[in-house]
Amino acid sequence: MSADFLYGIEVILNGLMAGVLYALVALGFVLIYKASGIFNYAQGVMALFAALTLVGIMEGQVPFSHLINAVFGTEIHHFGWHVPALLAIFLTLCVMVAFAWAVQKFIFRHLVGQEPIILFMATIGLAYFLEGMGDLMWGSDIKTLKVGLPQGGSRWIEDMTSGLGGDDFYGFFIDKLDMVATVVAAILVMCLIAFAQYSKQGRAMRAVADDHQAALSVGISLNFIWVLVWSLAGLVALVAGVMWGAKSGVQFSLSLIALKALPVLMLGGFTSIPGAIVGGLIIGVGEKLFEYTIGGMIGGATENWFAYVLALIFLVFRPQGLFGEKIIERV
Amino acid sequence: MKLKTLAAMALAGTLAAGPALAELVIPDLSYRTGPYAAGGTPFSDGYQDYFHMLNARDGGVGDEMFRIIECETGYNTEKGVECYESTKGEGALIYQPLSTGITYQLIPKATADGIPLHTMGYGRTSAANGEVFNWVFNYPANYWDAASVMVNYLLDENGGSLDGKKIALVYHNSAYGKEPIRTLENLSAQHGFELTQLAVDHPGQEQKSQWLQIRRERPDYVLMWGWGVMNQVAVQEAANIGFPMENFIGNWWAGAEHDVIPAGDAANGYKSLNMNRIDANLPVFDDIRTHVHDAGNAAGDGSNIGNVLYTRGMYAAMLAAEAVAKAQEIHGTAAITSAMMRDGMEALDITDARMQELGMADIGPEFTVSCQDHGGSGLGIVQQWDASAGAWVALTDYIAPDDAVTLPLIMEDSGAFAAENNIEAGCM
Repeated sequence: MSADFLYGIEVILNGLMAGVLYALVALGFVLIYKASGIFNYAQGVMALFAALTLVGIMEGQVPFSHLINAVFGTEIHHFGWHVPALLAIFLTLCVMVAFAWAVQKFIFRHLVGQEPIILFMATIGLAYFLEGMGDLMWGSDIKTLKVGLPQGGSRWIEDMTSGLGGDDFYGFFIDKLDMVATVVAAILVMCLIAFAQYSKQGRAMRAVADDHQAALSVGISLNFIWVLVWSLAGLVALVAGVMWGAKSGVQFSLSLIALKALPVLMLGGFTSIPGAIVGGLIIGVGEKLFEYTIGGMIGGATENWFAYVLALIFLVFRPQGLFGEKIIERV
Repeated sequence: MKLKTLAAMALAGTLAAGPALAELVIPDLSYRTGPYAAGGTPFSDGYQDYFHMLNARDGGVGDEMFRIIECETGYNTEKGVECYESTKGEGALIYQPLSTGITYQLIPKATADGIPLHTMGYGRTSAANGEVFNWVFNYPANYWDAASVMVNYLLDENGGSLDGKKIALVYHNSAYGKEPIRTLENLSAQHGFELTQLAVDHPGQEQKSQWLQIRRERPDYVLMWGWGVMNQVAVQEAANIGFPMENFIGNWWAGAEHDVIPAGDAANGYKSLNMNRIDANLPVFDDIRTHVHDAGNAAGDGSNIGNVLYTRGMYAAMLAAEAVAKAQEIHGTAAITSAMMRDGMEALDITDARMQELGMADIGPEFTVSCQDHGGSGLGIVQQWDASAGAWVALTDYIAPDDAVTLPLIMEDSGAFAAENNIEAGCM
């Protein structure tokens, strides 16, 4: 096999894994949209906030320390302890559940029955509020995430495959972090599907997603379900924040990873968990292959815009996305 | 009675406002929020703390106190222009926008308003031609100097020849990132190295394609023009593919502590340019700690004092303060205007002796500014990250750029700008 062909396969493999990372972000959008019809603009910022909180708890950082010091003239920054990663993840999840409760209690409970655009605008406000809150609580410096995730390419895969394509082929490069992300995403999706299919709360969640009024009529608490859905979105945000934060450190640009999820949602549909996964994989492979084959001829840096072009092409033929529900409105 | 009270209050107000007119007003177009906050915050801390230190220690400059007006831009060009518009009426003496995008928008505005811009090591490179850009200064060095310094360093590393070498440029796909391309293309033709250009889209969180290409093509060196998250991801990706870090060199906006710390030990050996020599023990930092931080007037929490971008912000403030002093000397008044400030900047003479006197010996190269040359000496050092010590180590003394390459480009670009905008080149 020629080195070029093998490098093409390498690009596809890396595209698949990048797609998994995009899908992780898209999953949070899908969960909330499916259950409540809200397009949650704040999902990217939730990933940032969750990752900031995780690092803050692990490092024993005092939340709002800058504010406290400015008001009281103190000099406190750290509690002086370090929290183990697993306990810190659990505590962060508790914070995300509290956040979900607060969002429901103070924002969306008051907006029941409003137009979708109003709910969308509310999530824009929420995104800016949460970004500011994250800054105030944990500071704007870049934080290193030390949860034991591996870094670097797999030397084993590289060595095993280096002889496949002659001297010009150096073996497949597969990032160990991407492999972990793939496994975690697979487990997460299976758990979410199992939860939705087999648990009482999951079935209630699906009932609310299908028809709010009917769900209410059989005694399902909408408030509880929405808190549950926002909590699950918080969990997904935490996983996405950890995976992306491990690549670059936890910093405020993490909120922009939401931009990577939009074409995935357009392509996979806003209401389908499998759609988010398949959409992510298609976008990941498509953008990487385009950059590999054509990008160099037109100046490179094609990935951001090509993802949207690819999604638009799919939309022309299937407006609801690959796995989205077809909406038929009678006139 | 009421009328008398009102009149007295108005008089008191006028008297109180009197001294304010003579303040040295310095707007700080900072960005402490958003994706680029990690770079914007320490620079702004250093910039503000130095002025506050001068106020507390020396009573300002020439017995006039500095007044800092901070305005948050979020590294957003539109917000940067809004900040300029909302602060220029306060009697602003100088703007340091810390953004090439904002700089491009402010060049015509500041020129029309008669307020000098100092774009230290960024912005429009050809602004070094002071006869075309009367109100814009980019001393002590610009992007094209940086590109040339990098190549001169590599020439030195390779016994004076780069013939047949492969060099990849990984750049932020923006006006900033594209700045060095022309210079590097010229240098490539001159020295016979093969240049590969790899653009990375904003913000730079995803660079897998670019680094897979580097892995395939195996360049001898990778140069980087990055900012924000692009830097941290690039250092991590370089480590991931096993690229030799000592052959990876960032420009001076890709060489701060936060660019390398997230990658941990894997970042060891990464190199970058710097226009300053980093020394956390400079006496000026003690003065800042004593007069600003301990007094509770610091712009930040003090954790950035002495780091790369804090030092650069402080250095920028020092250059502004020196220009104020020079303007006061030239015009014989302490209460200078922005036009006088411009004259001070154009007559700036930074010597080793003066830097020593200011408690920051060897922090930057010696340079002078003139009507023709707003760009300074163009010198830069190469520094290397020592991960075990958690510190940058200077590898070289100040390296000079190749003026024979950069000057013709500056004259060509500024000449084109002058022709487009009907500017008659000349000194003011």
